[in-house]
Amino acid sequence: MALTLLVLLPVVGGLLVLLLGRDRDRLVRQVALGISLITFVASLFVWFGFDAAQADFQFVERYTWLPDFGISYHVGLDGITLWLVVLTTFLTPIALLCSWESVDQRVREFSFFMLLLEGAMIGVFISLDLFLFYLFWDAMLIPMYFLIGIWGYEQRIYATVKFMLYTMAGSVLMLLAIIWIAYYHQTVTGVISFDLLDLYALQIPASLQTWLFLAFTLAFAIKVPLFPFHTWLPDAHVQAPTAGSVILAGVMLKMGTYGLLRFSFPLFPEAAMQFAPYLAVLAVIGIVYGALVAMVQPDMKKLVAYSSVSHLGFVVLGICAMNVIGVQGAVFQMLAHGVSTGGLFLIVGMLSERRHTKLIAEYGGLKAVMPKLVGMFLLITLASIALPGMNGFVGEFFIFVGSFAEYPGLTAVAVSGVILSAVYMLWMFQRVNYGPLTNPKNKGLRDLSPREWVVIAPIVAMCIGMGVAPRIFLTPMEPAVRQLVEHVRGVTPVNAAAVPAEDLETAGPLDVVQGSAR
Amino acid sequence: MPVLLLIPLLPFLGFVVNATIGRRWSKTLTGGVATAAMAGAFGVSVVQVWAMLSLEPVGGVRAIEQVVFTWLSSGPLQIPFALRLDPLAALMILVVTGIGTLIHLYSTAYMDGETNPEFARYFSYLNLFASFMLILVLGASFPVMFIGWEGVGLCSYLLIGFYFTKPSAADAGKKAFVVNRIGDFGFILGMLILFTAFGTLDFQNLATQVSLMGAEPATMAGAGILTAATLLLFVGATGKSAQIPLFVWLPDAMEGPTPVSALIHAATMVTAGVYMIGRNAVLFSHAPFTLEVVAVVGVLTALMAGTIGLVQNDIKRVLAYSTVSQLGYMFLAMGVGAFAGGVFHLYTHAFFKALLFLGSGAVIHALHGQQDMRYMGGLKSKLPITFWTFLIGTIAITGIPPLAGFFSKDEILWKTFSSGHPVLWGLAVFAAFLTATYMFRLLYMTFYGTSRASEAPSTEHPAQSTQHPAQSTEHVHDAPPAMAIALVVLAIGSVLAGLFGVPHALGGGNRIEAFLEPSFHAVTLVAETPALDVSLATEVGEAAPGAQTEHDAGEAEHGDTSTELLLMLGSVLVAVVGIWVATIFFLRAPERAEAMAVQFSGVHRWLLNKYYVDEFYNAVIVQPIKGMSTSFLWRTVDAGIIDGSVNGVGLLVRGWSAVLRRVQTGSVRAYAMSIFLGVVTILGYYLWR
Repeated sequence: MALTLLVLLPVVGGLLVLLLGRDRDRLVRQVALGISLITFVASLFVWFGFDAAQADFQFVERYTWLPDFGISYHVGLDGITLWLVVLTTFLTPIALLCSWESVDQRVREFSFFMLLLEGAMIGVFISLDLFLFYLFWDAMLIPMYFLIGIWGYEQRIYATVKFMLYTMAGSVLMLLAIIWIAYYHQTVTGVISFDLLDLYALQIPASLQTWLFLAFTLAFAIKVPLFPFHTWLPDAHVQAPTAGSVILAGVMLKMGTYGLLRFSFPLFPEAAMQFAPYLAVLAVIGIVYGALVAMVQPDMKKLVAYSSVSHLGFVVLGICAMNVIGVQGAVFQMLAHGVSTGGLFLIVGMLSERRHTKLIAEYGGLKAVMPKLVGMFLLITLASIALPGMNGFVGEFFIFVGSFAEYPGLTAVAVSGVILSAVYMLWMFQRVNYGPLTNPKNKGLRDLSPREWVVIAPIVAMCIGMGVAPRIFLTPMEPAVRQLVEHVRGVTPVNAAAVPAEDLETAGPLDVVQGSAR
Repeated sequence: MPVLLLIPLLPFLGFVVNATIGRRWSKTLTGGVATAAMAGAFGVSVVQVWAMLSLEPVGGVRAIEQVVFTWLSSGPLQIPFALRLDPLAALMILVVTGIGTLIHLYSTAYMDGETNPEFARYFSYLNLFASFMLILVLGASFPVMFIGWEGVGLCSYLLIGFYFTKPSAADAGKKAFVVNRIGDFGFILGMLILFTAFGTLDFQNLATQVSLMGAEPATMAGAGILTAATLLLFVGATGKSAQIPLFVWLPDAMEGPTPVSALIHAATMVTAGVYMIGRNAVLFSHAPFTLEVVAVVGVLTALMAGTIGLVQNDIKRVLAYSTVSQLGYMFLAMGVGAFAGGVFHLYTHAFFKALLFLGSGAVIHALHGQQDMRYMGGLKSKLPITFWTFLIGTIAITGIPPLAGFFSKDEILWKTFSSGHPVLWGLAVFAAFLTATYMFRLLYMTFYGTSRASEAPSTEHPAQSTQHPAQSTEHVHDAPPAMAIALVVLAIGSVLAGLFGVPHALGGGNRIEAFLEPSFHAVTLVAETPALDVSLATEVGEAAPGAQTEHDAGEAEHGDTSTELLLMLGSVLVAVVGIWVATIFFLRAPERAEAMAVQFSGVHRWLLNKYYVDEFYNAVIVQPIKGMSTSFLWRTVDAGIIDGSVNGVGLLVRGWSAVLRRVQTGSVRAYAMSIFLGVVTILGYYLWR
């Protein structure tokens, strides 16, 4: 029941919030925050109860739902989803708290949608039935649609339409593929099934794999977003309210990379290994492209949005490496990016709450008036540019190590992201916070309020904590990642992936030493 | 508790205290805490070094290794947060904590003009820097070293930009960080190659494996890997240690407070690249091509920076170029395989360059922020302590015996010559001449003659935000006690430090070489690694090529003592000539220097503008990338091509929504309901069809 509870808590809580009186905004906020905190604590209990040594799904619940169609309510979580769920429950209360003052219209509906979104996102992560997964996947779009469309900035309608169009375009193809694969299960075994574990065991012919893989992957690539499917993201982010951006960047983008890991690769391993190099190329283009375009953005939110394109490129690169180090790096980077980019959006939100602008040129010299906020800003910036000892480094380094073994040339290009991220982040940081305080509107801006401290402190703590003690997160996910990699690789022998890295494998004597090195 | 951890931990605690509660404390307390943290780290270092030296050597090396915790762990990638103290690291931590303590002490007086929170901020950064620097030095593997490597870069960024309201300071900080990141690009790739090839990033394991590889003849691929990896690591070193082509950040880094320049941009951080090569001497000595590159880049950097230093007018910038030049020397030494010589110069340089920077800081402090030597002069009698200590530092860097710089510089020159690099040797000697000239020019312009303070244009931007440069030298005061102590101690160090490495040719024992040498070899006795065949291990021990060269060099040295003495005499003469030239042009007849600057105005302008390297980078790299990103990638590809096609679809949809708008009621719940129903309908259609 634990996992179902994690979904139901926010959903039922959200409905409860709707029942509260119309003019009781304060109470609504408190109740919503309370519910999200309870959900967070509940997810921690799931973590405590999680057996880190086990690779298989845990906390599994399975109830027949529509037996005629092979649909069941089947949920569970492994070391990969464990952290994504915790990330979701961690960011939601923060997102609610950051909207405490900025959202003052229709607070009830806002809180309802936020909680509904949380429930749907958790549902996506824990679903082990493709139908159930798709239900949550689409359900998650609805609250986000309204969050941007109602509480967003000036051009919110354009942004929401674009967001919906993009995502739905991908989703429809995925839905087709889901139905197709379920029916294919019937043609092979005689029973229709949407159950993920059943479908994992299916041997799908290569030609069919290709089409299904592409259909799934398109949906996920849009969500990631992978170059060139990324242009919805800057608009959505710029127009979304802070809470929306935090959740969008923090969790929803990871749905795409999660989908690759959970569905595209293990369901269609042969096709996946065939297409992985091409995905890796797109990922690396995204890394460099996103960084270069981020560099020249005049709007802070847009800059952070494009930086997400770059960072998520790293994640996809790690997944395409399909080895333990690369995939662990990818999952870790998903978490790290969720925390640090969530943090960046929170900071930008705090600034624009004070000044009602997100344009970099409007700022300058803020350190003189708000040293504490700028201090936190600096720490999150450093996490984002992957300073060792901060959370960004672990993911990036693992991804580099993992993908270098598969794609040394591409990885070398990807490493240039290290330079570019420093350029765009520090340049923005400098223009916003350093220099003389010339704009009179920036004089007398107040520093962090106690509420804002509560919002930003957990983020900063995680930025550092995850960088210093990444093992807490890496250990429970390693068995699941290993099993995943072996499953995907099991179909295609490791060497068949045309590894140019073989040039690097030195002969004879080194192998002997490698074994004894440690 | 792993005691080695205390060494970086103490300054780190100092950082935490000063960054949180220190801002409310008095300056005495803040500065005291920071300095005490450093002194404590120095104390622990001394004790630990002593403990290390009293160990029995294992496999030819005395070392203390302590694993603090498992940091990174994934499949074959296992990186414990491990610290290792061996002779090379020992020398470094003593320099970092020892000179670091003095510079902290000096700073308590130098930064006295700042407000309490700023003062605390300064010391928190300085302590944090020391902590990262010590991790860099003590780290037992590349990734742990990389924590320090990036951490010191961060602190450098923060301290260069300490006067953050000044745009030039903020720019300089960012430039330093970004240029260092370009180096890190190489550093990371180097790590990746090494890990992929050897399955480990632990320094000792790498060295062992590489020395094994050297014993095998048929590893052409292996040699290629090593060359690639070491070249990439060297790119990292050129970033951190300001060598061609990445030296451009260091002169700008002088925007930071002067003690920072002394600690970070002279004595410690900028030497990290040299240290990294020393740390991986086994790898580099198996990549002869890389070594050649290192040597050539080093000597060219020494020359280039030396020539620029000749014409600069900002006292700190001259010292900055001098640092770049001296670092070039160190790399030359590493490149010709004289690892001990390079580290020896690193160590003596730390004393006299820190001294020179702190001396220039005392001058700037006395003149309330004036940094332009054209408006100094005549300070000899007004600032006696500063002058005399500065004079010692100048003589030391010039290479006049028996001061520290002579021994280390001469060791490098001799090793360059004796290893068969006469051209590099010639260039290095010329660089020594330049050093003598620009340093004495600096000395004369600052301390001799009459005061030119009144000539300073009063409109000039003050060098430090809170102060205005003195217009006269009537009321200047010499260094206050905290600063004077640091100057005197460093001056003593600049005189004596070299005695640690008196060469055999002069009847000394070159103790430093013997002390450091084990750090440059793989651990030969691998009893702890059971899988290794013992006979193989001993074979490796005999075949370790580094050991052999040392042996050969030892024999050659005896035969060439007379040559060595001759060259030594020559280099001293060159230094004297350099001083003489400076004396003529900048003391006796400054008008001659001016006349020459006019006569060769082309060359002069070229040098004054630092070979236009910054302008070149800006025009060839920075602007094109910015332009391409804005006009092509963003406006054309993103907004034009990709979005254009999406919006085409969007318009189509909008046409439809105009029709559908009529069904909109404005109720949020109705929207939600209808979308949900829609989804269910679509699903239903597919399922029931």
